Amino acid sequence: MRWRDPLMLVVVVLAAWQALYAIVGDVALRSPAETTRTLATMLADPRFAPHLLETLSAFGQALAIAIVVGLAIGVPLGARRLAGDVAEPILVALYSIPKVTLYPVVLLVFGIGMPAKVAFGAIHGIVPVSLFALNAIRNVSPVHLKTARVLRLTARERAFRILLPAALPEVVTGIRVGFSLTLVGTLLGEMFGSQRGLGYLLMQAMSRHDIERIMALTLLLVLAAAIVNAVLLAIDRRLHARQAA
Amino acid sequence: MSRIAWLRIALVAAMVGLLELLCRVGVIPAITMIPPSTMAIELARLLASGRFADDLRATLANVGIAVGAAMVSGVVIGTILQGLPAVRRVLDPLFATWYAVPMYAFYPLLIVLFGLGDLPIVAIGYLLAVMVVVINTLNGLDRVPRVLLKTARVHHLGLFATAWRIRLPYAAPYVFTGFKLAVAYAFIGVIGAEFITASRGIGYEISFAYNNFDNAVMYALILFILVVVISVNMSLHACEQRLMARRRTT
Repeated sequence: MRWRDPLMLVVVVLAAWQALYAIVGDVALRSPAETTRTLATMLADPRFAPHLLETLSAFGQALAIAIVVGLAIGVPLGARRLAGDVAEPILVALYSIPKVTLYPVVLLVFGIGMPAKVAFGAIHGIVPVSLFALNAIRNVSPVHLKTARVLRLTARERAFRILLPAALPEVVTGIRVGFSLTLVGTLLGEMFGSQRGLGYLLMQAMSRHDIERIMALTLLLVLAAAIVNAVLLAIDRRLHARQAA
Repeated sequence: MSRIAWLRIALVAAMVGLLELLCRVGVIPAITMIPPSTMAIELARLLASGRFADDLRATLANVGIAVGAAMVSGVVIGTILQGLPAVRRVLDPLFATWYAVPMYAFYPLLIVLFGLGDLPIVAIGYLLAVMVVVINTLNGLDRVPRVLLKTARVHHLGLFATAWRIRLPYAAPYVFTGFKLAVAYAFIGVIGAEFITASRGIGYEISFAYNNFDNAVMYALILFILVVVISVNMSLHACEQRLMARRRTT
């Protein structure tokens, strides 16, 4: 029963893909079976591994920076009412700007290569992580904080026994959103200014109109994003459910 | 204006001032960034010269069409899905992963589907914008109190009448939040697509200026995008707050 819905979704997506392929034809698409085969050959190609590792490494660094900096911004702002009220709309505004426009600035500051990709991925992720953390800490029930005062908890105990458990579910939601955006950001960074990585391969395939590779790479990225997202979503829901109980 | 708003303005002004100072003193070299005041002057000059009027119109029109289509279809899809819980449960993971997918990868496919020109760009903006509208419509519809639906049944309202007179009006503030985000996402999609592959539009002009080391034009256009997006977003945010406040008092 638990597996029926995801299975249905896979069937629906495959059917839609196959149907679209039947309409559009070979000019723009490959069938699911063919794409899977291309992806398998691509993964087996020893020249592919360095690109994959490059992207994974850039993404890992970007995500680590996004989480650490995001929490470092969000947690203190959440703890102070006035600072949070002043800063929140600024963060929301930063969240809404198309960060692609800032790409040339990032390139001019960091130069082409790894640091630019990492920076670009990180600026996508920092804002959502900090916004969710801000609201998580701000919404910790005042009763809990008063109880901590009554029990004379030290700052450390207060942080680890009250604030962290109470804020954790929302923080995890923020990290989940940040994960997605950081991935998109890192790939965009590779597409515009890089000689390595999956984003670069994708851009190269696009300029050569190599549909097979475009499809295979897209499939790989979508699968990877979907699987990790599903895991994070499951953790996220469990934490929220536990808090509600 | 409240104290908080003043503090916020002061904070932003201080940050811009610091940037200006760093550029003027030379800590940030001119090849990396030009001072904000120069950006503003350049922007005023460009806007007055009308050199980018066509690009401007193209970008804003693309964003407008993408947002309009996303608003209408997003509300319709959300309303239908809310009535079909089984379908919704199946599609739910798709919604959750939507924004983890780099939409720009579909650009070649969209070109074949819609031809060269503005349509593929609009399509990317639309794809990014529509999902927030669907998600927020669902979120709003989920909150409609049972009592209201029972009242509708007592009055023998049909499915359509219930949706139009009760469900959607109740969900309106949440749907509006979706619209607000849709505008932001449409800008992200359209400008990103123009960046990658287009022959006009502000995104294209920014990347063209970057490739030609034309920092004056590049920073002026970046400033323009930021100012437009942030002011549109802030005015929508103000409307949203008013809607929410009205909901709380009644």
